[in-house]
Amino acid sequence: MKLGLFSTCVADTMFPDAVRATASVLERLGHEVVVPREQTCCGQMHLNAGYRRDAQPLADRFVATFAGFEAVVCPSSSCVGTIRELYPQLLGIDNQITERVFELSEFLVDQLGVEDLGAAYPHRVTYHPTCHSLRVTKVGDAPLRLLRNVRGLELVELPDATECCGFGGTFSLKNAATSSAILADKCQSIESTGAEVCTALDGSCLLQIGGGLSRGGDRARAVHIAEILASR
Amino acid sequence: MKGPTESFPVAANRELGNAQLRSNLGNATSTIRAKRARVVEELPDWEALRDAGSAIKADVLANLDTYLLQFEQALTAAGATVHWARDGAEACAVVAEVARAHGADEVVKVKSLTTDEIELNATLAAQGIHALETDFAELILQLDGDWSSHILVPAIHRNRTEIRDLFQRTIAPDITSDEPGVLAEAARVYLRERFLNAKVGVSGANFGVAETGTLCVVESEGNGRMCTTLPPVLVSIIGIEKLVPSFADLEVFLQLLPRSSTGERMNPYTSLWTGVTEGDGPQELHVVLLDNGRTRVLEDEVGRQALHCIRCSACLNVCPVYSRTGGHAYGSVYPGPIGAILTPQLIGIENAPSLPFASSLCGACYEVCPVKIDIPRVLLHLREKSVDAVGGRTERAAMSGVGWVFGRAWRLRLAQRIGRVLQRPFVRDGVIRRLPPPLSAWTDSRDLRPIAPAHPSDENSGNDDE
Ligand code: SF4
Repeated sequence: MKLGLFSTCVADTMFPDAVRATASVLERLGHEVVVPREQTCCGQMHLNAGYRRDAQPLADRFVATFAGFEAVVCPSSSCVGTIRELYPQLLGIDNQITERVFELSEFLVDQLGVEDLGAAYPHRVTYHPTCHSLRVTKVGDAPLRLLRNVRGLELVELPDATECCGFGGTFSLKNAATSSAILADKCQSIESTGAEVCTALDGSCLLQIGGGLSRGGDRARAVHIAEILASR
Repeated sequence: MKGPTESFPVAANRELGNAQLRSNLGNATSTIRAKRARVVEELPDWEALRDAGSAIKADVLANLDTYLLQFEQALTAAGATVHWARDGAEACAVVAEVARAHGADEVVKVKSLTTDEIELNATLAAQGIHALETDFAELILQLDGDWSSHILVPAIHRNRTEIRDLFQRTIAPDITSDEPGVLAEAARVYLRERFLNAKVGVSGANFGVAETGTLCVVESEGNGRMCTTLPPVLVSIIGIEKLVPSFADLEVFLQLLPRSSTGERMNPYTSLWTGVTEGDGPQELHVVLLDNGRTRVLEDEVGRQALHCIRCSACLNVCPVYSRTGGHAYGSVYPGPIGAILTPQLIGIENAPSLPFASSLCGACYEVCPVKIDIPRVLLHLREKSVDAVGGRTERAAMSGVGWVFGRAWRLRLAQRIGRVLQRPFVRDGVIRRLPPPLSAWTDSRDLRPIAPAHPSDENSGNDDE
């Protein structure tokens, strides 16, 4: 398949290794992966912050950039959720390409039927299911299936896993104290597992969780799932 | 209806500093949440019930004019007097008038959010009429001059030692134990006399059946049953959105409500009454149909689903924001996710512009809402209205700036490059620990991952488009 890789503004800027890892996982499975130079941002931040009109050109741009691909894969469930759910609801964009945008893990498991990528990652890992992956993009247990097949990876369950990490886009700045209070509990849950790594599908949540873990001097690091799946 | 007097972030900051509040809330919400999850799981048709609840409410709102008239007719035929109140003041005036007509200087009250919304107690007090709260938690708050922080468990922010001390100071000087049973008994002794002597009772209603004119109150303690049966006169105030078309529709809601709110299969007391029955219960029934902003909410195609709400409080208990800040931070009788979408609509977005932003958009509220209110969707809608109504210039400029950067790929690349240069003095050991305002809002409590040295979207061959 000729796949478009939507790197997302957050991952492109701060988690480039997650984007590169996404490309290499897909290429190893024999697909042609293109990261179009024209891409920027899906408009999620503007849509979520009440600036719908500013999001419109960004959404139009996304559609124009990716219209030619058989499918678009993206290492972020919240961007996929924005495109699949909010484009039709808020921006009147409802076309073939918005339906063919997938988050990496759901693409691998549900679209390609692959659960074992031959990856190896000898670490104790806990998985935080991000809110959008659970409730908007609805990836189900796809990420867990993939992680369970990684050699050497010890998967430990995260207590209160489905609790939000407190990021919430501009919420993290506008309501910084509340956002941090929510984060503190998430970091405590992660620490209680004794994991070396907390992984998730979304760069934005990992930015929050990683920032909290690092500030707290905690032992765990935040790592994007794509990097784990691409490890050999 | 009173709105917030300060913005949510300011109020939340203060509330977050209250360690007792946070631990009470954390314990209480997680307990109720677990109970709810257990009893919801038992019902194989839960999703179908939610769909039915949502569909019935949508039908009621779409045909509200018809149902209201039908309700009025049925009530009148059953011997009740119906009053239409455009706002809280009109509704309060009805209660005051009825109390005066019967020479009552005290009325006994069932716990009712609607009467809190219209500030009935204060309005009556100004006219020399005492409204006695008979719900245990409401009584606690009333005795202490405090106000509710949770729809269902109004005193969730108080613990039992605090309550014992309060009772010692007020209604039970001799009390020594803080055992729940002893505290409840003290309240019971205090209230019993007043139930028996009350001339007028005041209630809200969870549901009103349009077809029959029946009112329904759902409760746990039995005090509501006392208020609606013992006094010879009863005034019930009901928001116009609380109707259901037929008696059979209650079947859906009486399953949805207790499981969602207290996590019980069935609530202990469900009182239903239709007009006046000779020789049984109140011989004079007044029903006040309250608008107070509801028709304005109804005008908004996206926002009107907030009127589906059956006040179960499930959304509060699962909300990561509410369970940290508590209800007072929302500055309104309707806290939590439902408050964030209902309050700004009832009183106007310009009077509560920060509330729709009091959410991380995690979606947990939508997932549990028994009548499927898409709260995140309404939040986004109201955020847009808030920005349009009172959005700050600085934020507007920042958003436009970011929008401009994202408008072309070369601009994003340029911004990434500039950012990399600007961040240089702040990066230590691969992280940013401190940034100047406004970004200090992030770094005050969290480290920031720096902008990477290179970007995948720039590593592909091909031409820049512009
Ligand atoms: S919005 Fe839904 S979950 Fe929240 S109180 Fe109302 S009915 Fe319950």
